Formats: sequence, structure tokens, C-alpha cells
Amino acid sequence: MSGWKGDQMSTSSIKIYIPRDAAALSVGAERVVKAMHDEAKKRGVTIEIIRNGSRGMLWLEPLVEVTTSKGRVAYGPVTPKDVASLFDAKFYEGGAHALGHGLTEEIPFFKNQERLTFQRVGVIDPLSLDDYIAHGGFAGLKKALTMSGADIVQTVADSGLRGRGGAGFPTGIKWKTVLNTHAEQKYIVCNADEGDSGTFADRMLMEGDPFTLIEGMIIAGIAVGATKGYVYLRSEYPNAHIIFREAIQIAKKAGWLGKSVNGSGKAFDLEVRLGAGAYICGEETSLLESLEGKRAIVRAKPPLPAIQGLFGKPTIINNVMSLATVPWIMANGAKAYADYGMGRSRGTLPIQLAGNVKRGGLIEKAFGVTLKDVIETYGGGTASGRPFRAVQVGGPLGAYFPSSLLDTPLDYEAFVAKKGMLGHGGIVVFDDRIDLAKQARFAFEFCAKESCGKCTPCRIGAVRGKETMDQVIAGETAKLDLVKDLCTLMTDASLCAMGGLTPIPVISALDHFPEDFKPAHKLAAE
Amino acid sequence: MTQRAEWNEAEASGIINELKHLEGATLPILHALQENFGYVDRRVAPMIADALNMSKAEIYGAITFYHDFREAPAGKRVVKLCRAEACQAMGCEDLVHHLETEQGITVDSTSPSGHLTVETVYCLGNCALGPAALIDGALVGRVDKELLDAVCAERPHERMEG
Repeated sequence: MSGWKGDQMSTSSIKIYIPRDAAALSVGAERVVKAMHDEAKKRGVTIEIIRNGSRGMLWLEPLVEVTTSKGRVAYGPVTPKDVASLFDAKFYEGGAHALGHGLTEEIPFFKNQERLTFQRVGVIDPLSLDDYIAHGGFAGLKKALTMSGADIVQTVADSGLRGRGGAGFPTGIKWKTVLNTHAEQKYIVCNADEGDSGTFADRMLMEGDPFTLIEGMIIAGIAVGATKGYVYLRSEYPNAHIIFREAIQIAKKAGWLGKSVNGSGKAFDLEVRLGAGAYICGEETSLLESLEGKRAIVRAKPPLPAIQGLFGKPTIINNVMSLATVPWIMANGAKAYADYGMGRSRGTLPIQLAGNVKRGGLIEKAFGVTLKDVIETYGGGTASGRPFRAVQVGGPLGAYFPSSLLDTPLDYEAFVAKKGMLGHGGIVVFDDRIDLAKQARFAFEFCAKESCGKCTPCRIGAVRGKETMDQVIAGETAKLDLVKDLCTLMTDASLCAMGGLTPIPVISALDHFPEDFKPAHKLAAE
Repeated sequence: MTQRAEWNEAEASGIINELKHLEGATLPILHALQENFGYVDRRVAPMIADALNMSKAEIYGAITFYHDFREAPAGKRVVKLCRAEACQAMGCEDLVHHLETEQGITVDSTSPSGHLTVETVYCLGNCALGPAALIDGALVGRVDKELLDAVCAERPHERMEG
């Protein structure tokens, strides 16, 4: 980078970004930070390391960025062994190195996204309020503080935002119900029980830009007159827990949370609660039971949580992504958000590309991008280099699609039309070693382990499904009729989505990969 | 590898009293007890029930409902191995098989020596860098046989902190 002048070197310290995101830590970010400090000291170079969130290019983690006059320059994946050679190459001036990728924001995977909800993730220091505000933070809340509750709710409704947890229910309608229900105490509950395999957007946001979620929850509270919020976070996310709790303390200290939000006279307080390893808590009513200190048994609806939610009070319960998108909508207007997307799926979807994929990570795109584009253009095919065979979209209750369905656009309705579901936007890629009969069996096994046990179709059906799939796998293929029958029953008669959607992966595996259920397949595989 | 306190009723009572004022205090109390003792001793059920004005059955029900709460202390080291779909796509079941055949460790149990507990978890949110595991509370990506062998043998590994 010739633009970096020596005089700048002497006046400003070298700014290096190394993520504190759990995914980056899982592949050695902490060791890279230590090696950087050691090497800089040895060479007498002054550096400042900022622990940002992840840019979402997870195959490049730990991704080290350095600020240059042209923008931030990326190197990755960096190991402690690479640090000396990075200094030799003057990486802190943007120097050329085998691990260099040029400007971070010009990397095609990152450049070709529409980052609204994730606008600051990976960019800022997650725990710096100054950095947050300098990058547009609290603009949405400030605007909301000048508006009536009804106008805030209308803006959210007009944006077309739908619940990003998976069900896709219009967020504005939920909010409106709570607004119009009178009660002395109302609650805002954030569902951060991100249990679907292949999903990590909630975690990345809570670690990389926690104030955005806090801001979204405050706006929700002000809109409907709720003064208390809870974030129900899964215990499998210890790093997010540490960072988010810290963010709450910082926000409280600075007066953004408490008796008078930023001096507005309106109160809103926030607490984070840990789950305890139960997948069912992603279902909103069982989450509420868990928050109340009980076994997480699904409630029958009605009454809706919007009318009788936490402790029987009117409650907005939304996914992390839904709440974290509200500040952008408030700051930029409902129309600006609704201008993205296709059909009834408005705005952007934080897509999480995972499993056996070469370039996995977080891709925020307007609805409408095709599966093929995501897996091939962004993902670069399988990590193993073996042929692609199947993709599961929408978590453990989502469908397995073959390559013939890869032209499906990411859109709630388009997925339902193909007997699948978009869910929380997780995409898990499998190569040709996948055995769909085993995956169908696993779907039942998972449901059997995680069912809350309240309704019979789910509690018993899942166990019978697993047993019957064992018989099918052992060669009794006539039993497949029984499996299909069971799937119909579970779909029609389960109380919630857990039992109701478990048949989706099973039936999709049967429909699209029937060869895996034939005895000949088993013999050939042995 | 954290040092856990021996069961102590007064200490348990102190933890319960400190947290009982919270709305829906059951889970925060159970987490704090497990953090302190390494497991949730069944003797706490009547104590919590008393403090929260709930029935013993409700507390006992909560303790047994959630996968996190252990009935007995875990091994010195704890590996929570992700076995959900994204990690399956990257061969986590080969790791389960390896632990069983090469190390004699059955997942979801503690080794006879008491050194190591390996548990199944479904998703650690590290789905693009699988197989993933939480090893003594630290998330590790791209877990392989060598790394698990090192944990089993109490050997340091370059990809593990400490």
C-alpha cells in the first residue's frame, strides 16, 4: 500500500483487528493476539489490537485486519507461526503476503452482500459505545423517542419484517397486539436460543454488535410500553454470554438502559438469562415457561404470548435477528427496508452457510438469491472436494434438497412450495457420503431426545419413527409405509413445530433420495 | 479444569438465598449450584422449592428436564462434542467411533478413571468450522482425532489453550 505515509506512522498507532467472535477463537484467534503482541514488542513496533466481531468469512478465521489509508486490509487464516513473516512483509502497512486478501470489503464473498442487520458486525469494537454511535448506532432509537408507540409499530409493520426465528410471522402484527393489550406490566423477550444446526447469526450479532440488539429491544419496549426485557440465551454460547452481559453493563452505565433511557423519562431495563441445553426452548411458549423457572413444556395457543405471555403478561417475543433489524428500519425508514427482497419476503436474510462447504460463513442478502448461488458462488462447493449431494435448509426440521432443487430462491413462500422451509436461514451442505436413510432416522432420534413430552404425536411418534427407521435400514423396506403414516399423524396432530415439522426432513429424504432407502443401496455401501 | 467445591448445605443455601429474589429464579439458581459444585445435588430440590414457594416436584422436574444439569460430578475434563447435522457433514460420527474404538470412551459417559467426560451436544454455533466441541468450556473448531487423543492422554496440544 503505497498510500501509507511514514508521517502517518509516527502520529497514529497501528490499528489491528482480530476477532473475539467464538468461531475465530475456536481456530486460535487468542493465540494470534498473543503472538502479535510478542512480535511487536520484539521489533519495537507499537500496535493497538481491537477485538472486533467476525466479518463472517469463517474459512479465513482468524482473520487479521489492519487499517490503511485505503481501508482495512485482510490477512487470513493466520496462525501464530505466520506472525513473524507478516511483520517481515510489513503487513501493518498493508504489505503483500501469501495470506493477504487485499481490502476486506473488496473480497467478493463480503462485497456482494447487502448488510443491514449486520452493518457493523466485524467493523466496530463491539463494546465501544463511541464506535457504535460513530457508525450510526442509536439513530433508530433517537428517532423512535420522538414518535408515538403506534407510529413505531406501524413503521415496523410497513417494513414487512417477518420473524427471523423461522416461523416468518409478521413482526408488526405481534407488536400491535401487545400495544393494544392493556396491562400494568409488559415484557420484551428476545429468543436467543439459536438451536438449529447450521445457524450462528444470532451468536455472531450478539458477540459482534451487541448494542444493536439492546437498541432494538429498547425500541420495542418504548413502542408497546414494556419496561423490562429478557434475553433468553442458550448455554452453548458462553462467549456470547460474556460479551452480551458486558454490553448491558456498559449501556446501563451510560444511561441507555435504566429508569430513563437516554434522559427520555421512559424506563427500560434488560437482563440476560441462560438456557440449559433444551432445543425445545426455541419454541416461544416453552421458552416463556423456562424463563418462569419451570420445565420447558409447550403451551397451547391461544392465548397468544402477545396477550398472555411471560408471567401471564402481554409479551413481545422475537428472535435476535428480528429485534436487531428494527434499529436499521427506524433509522432508514420502512420503505428503504421493504425495497429489498421478493414477494412477501421483504428485506434481507442473514444466511448462514455451513457444513461441508469450502467457504462457509455469514451472508446477508436480500431475499431472492438462489440456493445454487449461495452454495456455489459464495461457498465454492464442498470442503472435501467430493461431489455435492444434498443440502438441508432451515435446521433439523428443514428439508433435504437435491441438486435439482438448487434453483429455489431463498424466500419463505418458495421454500414452502417445495415442501421445505427457510427457518432461521441455516444452510448445511453435504457431500456424496451422506446417507439419507440415516438422516431420516436422525430426525426422529433428535425429536425423541428433544421433545418436551406434552403431546403424544411428538413424544411417542418420534420414538416409533426411530424404531421403524431402524427396521427400514435393516432391510424391511415395507415398513416405509408405516413411516409415512406416522409422518402424516405427527404433521397433523402435534401441538407445536417440533413434532409438526420433524416429518419434513424425513419425507424430503424419501421423496428426493429414494435410492438410499432400498436394501440394494445398503449392500452396495458395505 | 476448574476446582469444584464438595457438597455443602450451607453453601447451597447461600447461593439460593442470593438469587431467589429474581423473577423465575429456578434456572439461575440451578446454574449457580452446578457452577459451584459441578453438578446439581438432588438434596437441593426441597431447599429451592421452599425458597421459591414452588413444589418439590416442580423443582425436581426442572432439574431433570434440562440436559445441562448433571446428577453427579463430571470428569476432570469435559468435552461436549457437537453431533448435529452440520458437524455430521464434517464427520463428527467418525470422531465418536474413534473415541470408542481407540480410546475406549463411550460418548455420554465418564471414563472409568474419572478423568474425562464426553457428552453429546446439538449445535455450538460453529457450523462452518466443524466438527466443533466445547473442551473445558472453550470452543474448538475443526476437531480431529489427534486433538481428541491429546485430550484423552492429558497431553498439551498446540490448538488448545493451556
